[in-house]
Order: sequence, then structure tokens, then C-alpha cells
Amino acid sequence: MNDEQKDSKNIKGTDIDVINQYTGEKWYYTDIVKEHFFKPRNLLLEDPSDNAFNATGMVGSPACGDMMHMWMRVDPTTERIQDLKWKTFGCGSAIAATSMYSVMLTENGGLSVADALKVKPQHIMERLGGLPNRKIHCSVLADKAFQKTANDYFRKTGQNQRIVIEGARVIDERLNITDKDIEEAVLEGAMTLEDVQKKLKVGVGMQTEALVEIEQLIRFYSEKYYG
Amino acid sequence: MSDKVIKRIYMDHAASTPLDSRIRVAMDPYLEEEFGNPGALYREGRRAKDALENARESVAGILNADMSEIIFTSGGTEGDVLALTGIARMYANYGKHIISTTIEHHAVLHTLDVLKKEGFEITLVEVGQNGIVNPQHIEDALRPDTILVSVMYANNEIGTIQPLAEIARRIKKFRDTKTDKMSGPFFHTDACQAAGYLDLDVKNLGVDLMVMNGSKIYGPKGVGALYVRKGVRIKPMFFGGAQEGKRRAGTENISGIVGFAEALKIANDERDEEGARVKNLRDKLIDGILKIIPRTVLNGDRDLRLPNNVNISILDIEGEGVILYLDSYGIACSTGSACTSESLDPSHVILALGRPYEYAHASIRFTLGRSTTREDVDRVLEVLPRVTETLRKISPIKVDIDAKSMSHPEAFAGEGLRVKAKSKNYK
Repeated sequence: MNDEQKDSKNIKGTDIDVINQYTGEKWYYTDIVKEHFFKPRNLLLEDPSDNAFNATGMVGSPACGDMMHMWMRVDPTTERIQDLKWKTFGCGSAIAATSMYSVMLTENGGLSVADALKVKPQHIMERLGGLPNRKIHCSVLADKAFQKTANDYFRKTGQNQRIVIEGARVIDERLNITDKDIEEAVLEGAMTLEDVQKKLKVGVGMQTEALVEIEQLIRFYSEKYYG
Repeated sequence: MSDKVIKRIYMDHAASTPLDSRIRVAMDPYLEEEFGNPGALYREGRRAKDALENARESVAGILNADMSEIIFTSGGTEGDVLALTGIARMYANYGKHIISTTIEHHAVLHTLDVLKKEGFEITLVEVGQNGIVNPQHIEDALRPDTILVSVMYANNEIGTIQPLAEIARRIKKFRDTKTDKMSGPFFHTDACQAAGYLDLDVKNLGVDLMVMNGSKIYGPKGVGALYVRKGVRIKPMFFGGAQEGKRRAGTENISGIVGFAEALKIANDERDEEGARVKNLRDKLIDGILKIIPRTVLNGDRDLRLPNNVNISILDIEGEGVILYLDSYGIACSTGSACTSESLDPSHVILALGRPYEYAHASIRFTLGRSTTREDVDRVLEVLPRVTETLRKISPIKVDIDAKSMSHPEAFAGEGLRVKAKSKNYK
């Protein structure tokens, strides 16, 4: 068992501060998070030269206002990711999560774009040894930035059918609440219809069919992000 | 980067201060030996009662108030909640309008949210870009049904000092035009950050209610005081005893109260000297950061601010990263970034200055105190530029230094361009 595996017992977010199992010292993040925060991997330090990358994407997190920019170089014949660089206007978790994500996509000769798109935020958190609950949305930023970067690659290589754009769909018309809002609520830790209603007031007093749809979305997103 | 070898430089005195050892000595007898309940008639009770009333007399003296006007509480939050709900619920028959500002502490703003649900109408007056409220704007908001005005003395995040005496003068003028003088509006101030640095004479300030707290003035946590001017009545929040003039039930926290009174006395005695000392260090730190680090902006007025407060936005970087880096160098400070708040909301105070959320995300607050030395300031000026350089390399954004709106709206495309920033929508 290597150190990273030892530290990765806690897959989901934690309510309490992280306590170092070796020293007992309390720290907000695990040692792996700390390591990737203080020494981020695959950071783009200079402005990219024209031909260094063949796709790029930038996303922002509506939850906290963090922003992330990503650049990717893909081998057009194998579709393997040769290089993945990034910059972020974000907190410790966002920096560490993106650093780890970039390692996961490029290690061992690089994942194919298709396989890379299957890496979920929960996998990043596993490798990081967990993040505090309210910080989980930070690791989602890397995954969203990559989707946008992959879309850019698909667009440039004429594979438009592979582009995935996550659109918003209105669930509660009276309050104009969309599936995106429910996704955000789940990311902020709401796991049940009751939790989500507390946050959004969605579906209060609505017909049962509508409530079932909301519950399905909560299940879908908690499955997606927490496995 | 172990905590053991590095000398800690604590620059978050607006969050909390260490207990002064002189105060600990003053409190000590009231923990074990003098443990009596001041409500009791026998000797132990009388001695506790004496300690309580001596503390009250001391606090009243510093405030230029009467002893009966001092209510001991559990701290700043309780003081604010008791003052606001106490006035609102007592005077609701006279009117249901309350005025405050956009930069108040959450103890005030969240209490006003509660009162709003009870049917009160709240007007929040905006501050200028320097973080100071214009007294004319408070006067303009006054209505016949206004029962309460609440304006903080000095802001906890950006340290700006509000013109209380001028606001009080205008409120009094307005009150004097009314036939029923006891229908308000009354003037409340949260003076938690001001205590120890500014004049607390309630007659000079012209306030009707004022809140202070022990843990910001090197006293114990969990104790504070609320001044309520004679003739102004409040509805209590606690029930079950006649303590504190029937306005705050519960056996008095004698050791805490003794400690609070002693802390206020020492802070007041040393105010001029200590204020001048930290002001020098503050100016050195502000001037140093603005000069050494490019693209930095001071939040709040340069002069009308607490002598210990430095709040600067270091553009393009995020505050939590700065805090974590500085902590590893042994320096403790705070940020208005959304990332460090439980609610993921950026600082409402920085947003109230009319800045986009990136400014709040990038804001760093250093609050100096009695332990702060010139060497500490030099150390921050040595470390902060390095940390800034590292984090700027990581950042993909470049915020316009005069920005009024967010920098990269395209990054949020497909999200309805909704950035959660105190329910403000950035488009």
C-alpha cells in the first residue's frame, strides 16, 4: 500500500477537519491535498505557444466564483492525452484537485479522451484522500473545464456529434429552478429531497409526479458525484 | 514547514485577541473562592454582588453612563440581537421601520432578516466606495414610522469608522420634531471593533444603545456589555430571572464580567499610546504592500479607519490560497474570499464598496494588536510578495483595476451567468 492509498480511505466529503493520521495534527486538508496545493503539477506558467496545444476551455463555478482555464494536447491518431495544463483563480481545494486531475489524465502515457471523460470528481477525491464537504464543488471545476476542453477538441476535429453541452432544464416553473440548480444543491451537500427543498424551496407544494422527477435528479447527481 | 520552528505572527486581532495576563489575575478569585450567586443574601452572595457592581461602575465610568444603563451579556452577538429585537418588539406599536447599512456585521444583518419576517420593514443604506456611510443618506431614509437606526462604529472587515456623532445629531433633530419623543427612532451601534481604539463616551457619540465584547479587547470570550440609555426600553430575549434590571435573565457570569470590565479599563487607559503605536505599523504595512506588490487596492478609507486594520485586495489571486501559504510561513490573517466562508458567499462588505466579487475573493485582512512588532510587519512585507508571485502564476485571470463587473463572464456561459454573490447577479 502506498501513502496515497493509505490516505484515500475517506472517499466522500468529510464534515470534520482533516486530522493527519500519523501526527494527529489537525489540518484543513489531507497531506496529499497539501502536497498538490503547495506543489501543483502541470501548471501552465508561461503563455502557451501557438502550436503547443490543440484544445482549450475555461469555466467558472457559480457556487463560489472560482475560475479555471485548461489546455490540452491530444495525439490525433491515438486520441491519447499527451499534455494537460491549467491555471486557476481558486482556493486550495481547486488547485489541489486540478493538479491531481491533470496527473490522472496524463500518467502512464495518458488516457484517451473518451476514458478521460469517464473520470468523475469522486475519483479525484479518492486520490486526494477526501475533501471537506463544502469543498467538493471545487474538484468538479476540473472535470467541467475538461469537458469544455474536450468539446473544443471535438469541434476542431469535426466530431461535433461527440460534443456534450450540459444545458439547463426548468424543473419548477414558478421559481425558475433548473436541473443545474439541483446539481449545485447536491454539490453543496444536499442529499435528500428535504435537504434540497431547504436550499431551493423547489417543488414545495407541487404534484407528486414533479417531486418524483426532482428526487430522480438528486439520485442522479449524488450518484454522479459521490458514487 | 513545521509549526514548531517558526515564530507565529498573529495578525487577526479583529477575530480574537489573547487574554491579557493582568485580566486573568483579576478574574481568578471569582472562579473558585468567590463563587457565590450575586442574587443571594448571605456573605458569598454579597461578595459576588459587590464584584458585579464594581465591574458595572467601572464600565459605566468609561462610557460616561449611569450604572443602571449597563447590561452584561454573553458577547457582541447577544448584545446586537438583544438591542435590535428588544427595541423592535418593544416599540412595534409606534412603527415598523428600521434603518441600517449594507456593511453591518451578520449579527445585525441576520437579526434584521428575522425582524423582516416578523413584519418589520428594513432599509439598508449603502456606503460610499470608501466604506463610509453618508449621514445625509441616513437622514433621507428616516420616516415617521422609523423606530430604530443601527450603524456600526467601526467595520470589522475594512476598519472604516462611521460618523456616529453626526448621524446621532440628525436622528435627534428628527426625533425632536415628533410629538411623542418616546416613539423613537433610537440609535444603536455595534462598537465591538472600536473598543480599545476609539472614544466610547456615549454622550459624545449620541447613541442610545451600544454593544461591546470582551474577546476583542484582550478580555475573556463569552462576555460583553450592552448600553441602553435611561428611558429607552427593550423586550428581553431570556426569561427566568430578574437579573440585569429584568432585561437579561440568568445567573451572572461573574468572573467573565470582572474580566471584561478590567479589559475595558486597561484598553481605555492604554488607548492613546497603543493606538498611536499600531497606527504607525499599520501605515508601514499598507504603504509597503501598495508599493511593493503591483495591482493591489486598499479596501476602505485610508485615514478614517481603525489604527490596526489593513484590508487589501491582491488582484487576480484567491484569498484562501494566500492564507494557506502565509500560515505555512507562520503568519495568521484572514480573507473575504467565498472559499473560506461556510456559505460560499464572498464578503458582503467588499461587495458593498461597489467592487466585483473578484475583489472580495482576493481580499486579505491583517489586524494588528499588542503583540505586533516592527519585525513582524517587515516579515509580512518580505513573504507576501513571494506568495503573491506564486499564486499569480497559477491564476488565469487579470482583473481590471477599476472593474465594476466580473472579469470573465464567458467562463460561466451555460450557467445562466449566475455567480452567487449575496444574491447579486453579475451579467
